[in-house]
Amino acid sequence: MHSRPARPLLRGKRIALLFYEPSTRTRVSFEFAAKLLGTHTSVINAVSSSIGKGETLVDTGKTLQALGADCIVVRHPSSGAPNLLARNLRIPIINAGDGMHEHPSQALLDAYTMLRHKKSLKGLRVTMVGDIQHSRVVRSNIHLLSKFGAEIVLCGPVELLPETAAQLAPRVKITRHIEEAVRKADVIMMLRVQKERLAGLRLNAGRYIAQYQLTAERLKLAKSDVMVMHPGPMIRGMEIQGEVADSPQSVIEEQVHNGVYVRMAILTISMGVE
Amino acid sequence: MTKSLSIRGGYLIDPAQKLEGKYDLLLKDGRVAELSARGGLRGKGDENIDARGLIVAPGLIDIHVHLREPGQSHKETIATGTMAAAAGGFTSVCAMPNTAPVNDSPEITRWMLDPARGAQVQVFPIAAATSGSKGAQLTDFAALHRAGAVAVTDDGKPILNEQILRTALLGAGKLKIPVIQHAEDTSMTAGAAMNAGFTAFRLGLRGWPAEAESSLVERDVQLVAETRAHYHVAHLSTAATLKAVRRAKRDRLHVTCEVTPHHFALIDEDVGDYDTNHKMNPPLRSRSDREALLAGLADGSVDCVATDHAPHAFNEKNQEFDRAPFGITGLETALGLCISILHVRHKIPLKRVVELLSTNPAHVMSLEGRGTLAKGSSADVTVFDPTKKWTYHAAQSHSKSKNSPFDGWQLQGKVVATVVGGVVKFRL
Repeated sequence: MHSRPARPLLRGKRIALLFYEPSTRTRVSFEFAAKLLGTHTSVINAVSSSIGKGETLVDTGKTLQALGADCIVVRHPSSGAPNLLARNLRIPIINAGDGMHEHPSQALLDAYTMLRHKKSLKGLRVTMVGDIQHSRVVRSNIHLLSKFGAEIVLCGPVELLPETAAQLAPRVKITRHIEEAVRKADVIMMLRVQKERLAGLRLNAGRYIAQYQLTAERLKLAKSDVMVMHPGPMIRGMEIQGEVADSPQSVIEEQVHNGVYVRMAILTISMGVE
Repeated sequence: MTKSLSIRGGYLIDPAQKLEGKYDLLLKDGRVAELSARGGLRGKGDENIDARGLIVAPGLIDIHVHLREPGQSHKETIATGTMAAAAGGFTSVCAMPNTAPVNDSPEITRWMLDPARGAQVQVFPIAAATSGSKGAQLTDFAALHRAGAVAVTDDGKPILNEQILRTALLGAGKLKIPVIQHAEDTSMTAGAAMNAGFTAFRLGLRGWPAEAESSLVERDVQLVAETRAHYHVAHLSTAATLKAVRRAKRDRLHVTCEVTPHHFALIDEDVGDYDTNHKMNPPLRSRSDREALLAGLADGSVDCVATDHAPHAFNEKNQEFDRAPFGITGLETALGLCISILHVRHKIPLKRVVELLSTNPAHVMSLEGRGTLAKGSSADVTVFDPTKKWTYHAAQSHSKSKNSPFDGWQLQGKVVATVVGGVVKFRL
């Protein structure tokens, strides 16, 4: 797979990677993708720039645009920050994850990974377990997968999964029992409990593990060709048993790998090159 | 001797006098000099407003306005805010104390009332209930009242401490002025940017539960029962809070409340994709909350409409949704929204609209001689055309700030003339 060398379709273009939150995989993934396409790439981190001096997001965006950026890839802790940039700038804004809102490039790479193993997304039973409330990955995946006809099952405790989540798209169901969620699943997507976003909510880790961890035992309830996915970062021993993460059903590393190619496609298309 | 002004040919609505019909008015020396059946004032008045086909109402009163002075004149000044008020048909506004510094002293209250501020309509300051609105030390209510304050509140923040509120109610009760509560249990709203519900989930924003408002009002009503003072709920936004207010009224407690036009016009879904001109405190609520508010506005359990006019500069609102400040402007759209939504769409009679915007706010704040056109009362009159359709353009607002969710809305009901103390302050 991916044996052909990348063509520098965006040679000479300038891409700014504007990161207001710590990120390893998404940042490096976009950076590699941009460089493989022949662009000049600059990574701007919140700590080492004017952002730390109190410059507003809109002003930072306008500065990058004035510097000749052809596109801004933004990661931000505030939900809707990319919408704000898009309203105020003329250049394409790519959302690399905003608060608890969306992470669309992750959803695209997840769908791409599923399609490398399954014929179609239509009718696929995709189960997502864990901290749904704080997950931008889940929101983007629900929007995308539902549009392509997948059946989505959400599972988690009520503090991390409000009933209203089922309204996000058609064909979304909620269950509080992981066994029921995992049974006959084609895809199981496990999610980290986002401690940094819990905002005072206290969770009993022991009980959480007992009720919601994906164990080898529970995995047996799924279809034999089930795919185990995780957007990372993954906490082994919390939401997922180490041996499950390393099992043959796990495609967690492949997700990361595919991310680079999917993001190359996102950059190319959003900058008007087909 | 000032010039006298007659307003003739209009349809007068003055619920305080239980008067509705074809009457002419003569204003002289800042007072209503005569009120007569149509035709009775022919030839009188140095000047005349031809009110044929128009409604003549006692001047509208907005008891919840942020004029931003002192300290935040980049958002609004007393002069610009009161010009917006006049353009919206308001002849009196009550100015909230969350200025910089906070209006917690007679000096600041008097500074606000100084003619040098250039107020275009009557300004009635509302003073802070606690020093710096920090919730710890009560201010000197009597001195503030003497300086011109008509009520006390820590608006923008709640008075959470039960003992402080009890003492405030007792102190205000002696002066016969209300304590206004900004009902928000802040332990439930940390980091919250909009109403809790589906839209908050979809947008990945922290939700603001309805109980944060209703639970505090429910607690406070106990203290009102104990102290028998006047307690007023600012910007009431949920069905549950309205229920608590209804119950208190039934128990004959002196509890009043106001509802903003935006809370009866909009719901949380209208936040759309992070429009910060739909971000306010309290937040836009659910569809069923709005329906409850509309019912309360119709049946009388809501005492008045108040705008919570909260101007912010463009760059302050042009931020990440969770960082942008709360609040929207409202003075110039209030009457149009009341007529379009309450009267036209929900069949609430114009008499009730006048009660909500003039009679009752005057009563809630004990503004003597206002909210009525009885002979001898202040010559504050609002003349409006309830049938005229117009489009609101925020860019053309008299306010210094343009942060309105109603920009581009077509409204029915337009102010034709605003008369304050017998002087025409706005004329279409």
